[in-house]
Amino acid sequence: MDQVVLRHVTKRFTTKTLGDIVAVDDFNLEVHDGECFSFLGPSGCGKSTTLRMIAGFEDLSEGEIELCGKEVSSKEKNLYIPPEERGLGMVFQSFAVWPHMNVFENVAFPLRIQKVNKTDIETRVREAMKHTSLTGLEKVFPSDLSGGQQQRIALARAIVTQPKVMLLDEPLSNLDPKLRETMRFEIKELQREFGFTIIFVTHDQSEAMAISDRMMVCDMGKIMQIDTPENLYNKPNSRFVHSFLGESTFINVNIVDGKVYAQGDNENPLALDIPKDADRQMVVATRPNSIDLLGADQEGYPTHIEKRIFLTDRTEYIVPVGEQKLKIQTPHRISFAEGDACRVRLISPMWYPMEDEAAEKERQRRQLV
Amino acid sequence: MSHKKDLAAVDGRRFNVDGILTAVSVVLLLIVVVIPVFSIIYNSFFYKGQFDPQLFIGQLTDANNLAAMWNTIKIAFWVTLLGTILGTFYAWLLGRSDIPAKGLMRALFNIPYMFPPFLGAMAWDLLLNGRSGYLNKALMEIFHLSKAPVNINTLAGIIFVEISYYFPFVFMQVVSALERMDPTLEECARIAGAKQMTVIRKITLPLVVPAISAGALLIMTTSLAHFGVPSILGFSQGIFTLPTKIYAVISRSEGSFEGIRQGAALSIMLVIVVSIALIIQKKVLSSGSYDIIKGKSMRPTLIKLRGAKIPLLVLCIATLILIVVVPLVMIFLVSLVKAYGLPLVPENFTFNNYMKVFRMDGTMNSIFNSLKLSIGAGIICMFLGTLIAYVVQKIKPKGKEALEILSVLPYSLPGTVLAIGVILAWSGAIFGIKLSNTLWIILIAYIARYLSFSMKSSSAALLQVHPSLEEAARTCGASHMESLKDVTLPLIRPAMVSGFFLIFLPAMREVTTSVLLYGPYTRTLGVQIYSLRDAGMIPQAAALGSIAIVLIIICNTIVTEVTKDRKGV
Repeated sequence: MDQVVLRHVTKRFTTKTLGDIVAVDDFNLEVHDGECFSFLGPSGCGKSTTLRMIAGFEDLSEGEIELCGKEVSSKEKNLYIPPEERGLGMVFQSFAVWPHMNVFENVAFPLRIQKVNKTDIETRVREAMKHTSLTGLEKVFPSDLSGGQQQRIALARAIVTQPKVMLLDEPLSNLDPKLRETMRFEIKELQREFGFTIIFVTHDQSEAMAISDRMMVCDMGKIMQIDTPENLYNKPNSRFVHSFLGESTFINVNIVDGKVYAQGDNENPLALDIPKDADRQMVVATRPNSIDLLGADQEGYPTHIEKRIFLTDRTEYIVPVGEQKLKIQTPHRISFAEGDACRVRLISPMWYPMEDEAAEKERQRRQLV
Repeated sequence: MSHKKDLAAVDGRRFNVDGILTAVSVVLLLIVVVIPVFSIIYNSFFYKGQFDPQLFIGQLTDANNLAAMWNTIKIAFWVTLLGTILGTFYAWLLGRSDIPAKGLMRALFNIPYMFPPFLGAMAWDLLLNGRSGYLNKALMEIFHLSKAPVNINTLAGIIFVEISYYFPFVFMQVVSALERMDPTLEECARIAGAKQMTVIRKITLPLVVPAISAGALLIMTTSLAHFGVPSILGFSQGIFTLPTKIYAVISRSEGSFEGIRQGAALSIMLVIVVSIALIIQKKVLSSGSYDIIKGKSMRPTLIKLRGAKIPLLVLCIATLILIVVVPLVMIFLVSLVKAYGLPLVPENFTFNNYMKVFRMDGTMNSIFNSLKLSIGAGIICMFLGTLIAYVVQKIKPKGKEALEILSVLPYSLPGTVLAIGVILAWSGAIFGIKLSNTLWIILIAYIARYLSFSMKSSSAALLQVHPSLEEAARTCGASHMESLKDVTLPLIRPAMVSGFFLIFLPAMREVTTSVLLYGPYTRTLGVQIYSLRDAGMIPQAAALGSIAIVLIIICNTIVTEVTKDRKGV
C-alpha cells in the first residue's frame, strides 16, 4: 500500500518583493510502505514546503494528500486535518528538543498527550531511549547534551508513538560530517526495526543517495525526476539533475553535417553518436570519471593538459576542448604532466538541449525568497 | 485521524484560539490606552461637544507655560547629553578596561536605577538647599560666608540630580552591548594596525552607537516627563517644568473640570515636545542595528589603564559616593533627627520619627496600597503583555503593527499626561463609570504605563522560541492550546517573571501618576512621602523614605535570587 500519496499538490505564495511564486507546482507522487523516500533539491525548490504540507503546517493551494490510505488534505473537498491528528513522527533540522523538559519528559510528551497510563509511558519511553542509545540520560536536560544526542532525543520522541510515517526535515545538516554518517546508519537501523516509512528532506545529494530507496529531485517548484539513486545518477533526464547529483562536466556543441564540434573548435570533431532528435546546438554531459584520457598517439579528440591537480584518491586534469574546459578525473596510475599533448574520449555521455537563460534567472530570483 | 473535518470548521476552530486572543488584546488596549489618549485630545479641543481651540491656544501663549516648556527642554537636553557621556564613559571603563573591583562597582552603579529619584532630590535639598541645606550651613560657618555657596534649587541643580539617576540607563545598555560584542572585531582592527585609541574611536564606539542611542532615548523621554526632581527642587523657587506645571494647575483647581481641561491642554504641549524630541533624536542618532551578538562567550582583551588606573578608580569611587552614598546617608540621618534643622549629631538622634510615621493614619495604608497596586499591575501586565506579544509575534493578524504601537505608546507618553487621560476617561464620561479616588483608576494608569515593559520582555523571549518547537508538539499530537500550554508558555516563563519585576519595582516607588490620581484613602507610598515633605514633616518623610528604600532593596534582592536559578533555557 502507498503510505503517502500526493495528487496535484500545488502551493502558491504571494510575497511583497517578488509577487506570486508557485512554490510547489503540481506534485504527484506515491511513497510506498516501508520505503525511504528522499526529497532532494537546492534551497527554494519546494521540498520543505511539500513536507510541511504533508505534516499539516501549510495548507494546499490545490490538490490532495493521502496518508496511510486516508485523505488528510484536500482542496476540492475542503478538508484539512490538523498536524496533531495526522499520527506522524517528525524530526526537525533544529532538533526542536524542548529545553525546559529533560530527556525523559521530551520523549514521553507524545504519550502524555495521548493520555497513556504511567507504567506504559515508562516502558515505552525506555524502549525508545534504548533504541536511540540514550539510556541513562533520562534526567539530563537537553542543553547539557551534544548535537548528536539532541538529535537522538528528537528521534526517540518521534518513534515512541510508533508512527507509520516518519518525516525527517534535514535532520542531519546541523551535525558534523562524521556524526552525520553514524546517524544516517542509525536511522536506517530504526527503520528496519520499526518498519516505518521515511520521507527524508535534504539538499545533500550524497546523503540522499546513501539513505534512499527512491528519491525525488526537484527544482524551482517542479519535480524534475523520481527514481532510484542509481537510475538518477546514470540516467538523469535533465541537465539540472545531471549536475545536481555527482560531479558533472559539460560541453556546448554545434552539430554540422552530421559531425559534433565543441564550440570554439570547428576543425576537430568529437567522435560521438548523435541522438535522433538533436538540435543544432546541444549540451553534452558526462562525469569526470567517465572520460578516457589517452596518449597523443591514440584515437580521440586532440588537446593538451592545461592543469593537473592531485586530489587524495584521484588526479584531476583540466583539458581545453574548443573554448571550453573539460574536467577529467583518473586513477593516479594514469599520469600526465601539465603541457603534455593528449587525446580524450567521452564514454556514453548524455545529451541535453541548451539551457535557456530565463530558467537560470528564475532560479536566482527564487533563491532570494 | 478518525474523523474528517471540514477545512472551514478547522479554520473556525483556529479562529477560536487565535481570534479570541487577538480580540482580547485589542479590547484591553482600547481600555487602557486608546480611551485615555482620546479623552485628552477631545477635552483639549472640544468643550461641551463644540470645537473650541481657545483653551489650547490660550495655554500655548501663556508666558508661564512657555517658560515651563523651555525649562523642560533645557533640563532634558543637558540631562541627556551629559548623562549619555557619563554612562558611556563608565560603561567602557567597567566593560573594557582593567580597572579593579568591577563586579562590585557594576552592582553599585545600578543602585541609582533602583533609587527613587525624588528621594535623591529630597536628600540633595536637605544638603544644599539655598537657605537651610546642612552642607551649605556648614560651609557658611567654616568659611564665614554670608551666602550659601551652592544652591541646588536651580535648573543646574535639577539637571545634576536627574543626571545622577538617569545615566545608568545608558550605562546598562552600553555595558551589555560591550559584553555581547564579538571581541575579534576589535582584535581584527589591532591586527590591521590600528592603535588602541583608534580602535575605541573607529570600532568600539560605532558598534555600540545603537545601544548608546537607545539609552539616550530613554534618558530623554524620562527626563522630559519627569515630575519628582523638578517638583521637589523647583517649586520653592518658582521653577516649573511642564509636568510640574500640570500638577500645579490640577492641584490648584481642586479637581474642577476647568482645571483638568487646562491640564489636558498642557499635556498636549508636553506630548508635542516629546514627539519633536523623538524626531530630532532619530535624525541625530541614526540607530542602525548591527549584528554584534555572537553566540560564543568570548573574553575580550582588557585595555590596560597603566598610570591612569588609580586616578580613574578614585574618580569612580568618588562618583559612587556622590550619587549613591551621600543621598542615602543623608536621608537616613535626617530620618533620625529630632527636629528638622537641628545639627546632625548623635545627641539629636531619635527613633521617634519612625514611630510617628507608623502611628499616622495613612502610612500603613499607603504601603499596602503600593504593594497591592504594584503586584496587581505587575501580574496583569505580565499576562496582558505576554498576550499582546504572542499575538504580535506568533499570530500576526492584519494590523499587528497598530497593536504593537498601541502597546508601546504609553511608554513615550509622560506619566502626568497618562494620569490626566485616565482622570478624564474614568470620571463618569464613559458609561457613567466613575473610578476617581479609587485604587482602580491608579491601577489602570499603572497598567498603561508599564505594559510595554512586560510586552518587550515576553516579546524577546518569544522570538527565541523557534517555531519548530511548537510544531514538534503539534506532530506529537498536541493541539494548538496544548502546545501553547506545554511548550511555549513554560519556555517564556522566566521572561514573564522578570517582566513582572520590571513593573513591580518602579511601581513601588511611583509618584508621577499617583500624585495626580490619589484620593483620601488611596495614597501610595510615594505620594505619602511626598505629602509628608510638602507638609513640612521632613524628618518623618525621610523616615518613610528610608523604609521605602529598605523595601526596594529587599524586593530587588528577592528578584535577583528568583531570576538567578532559572533553568538553562
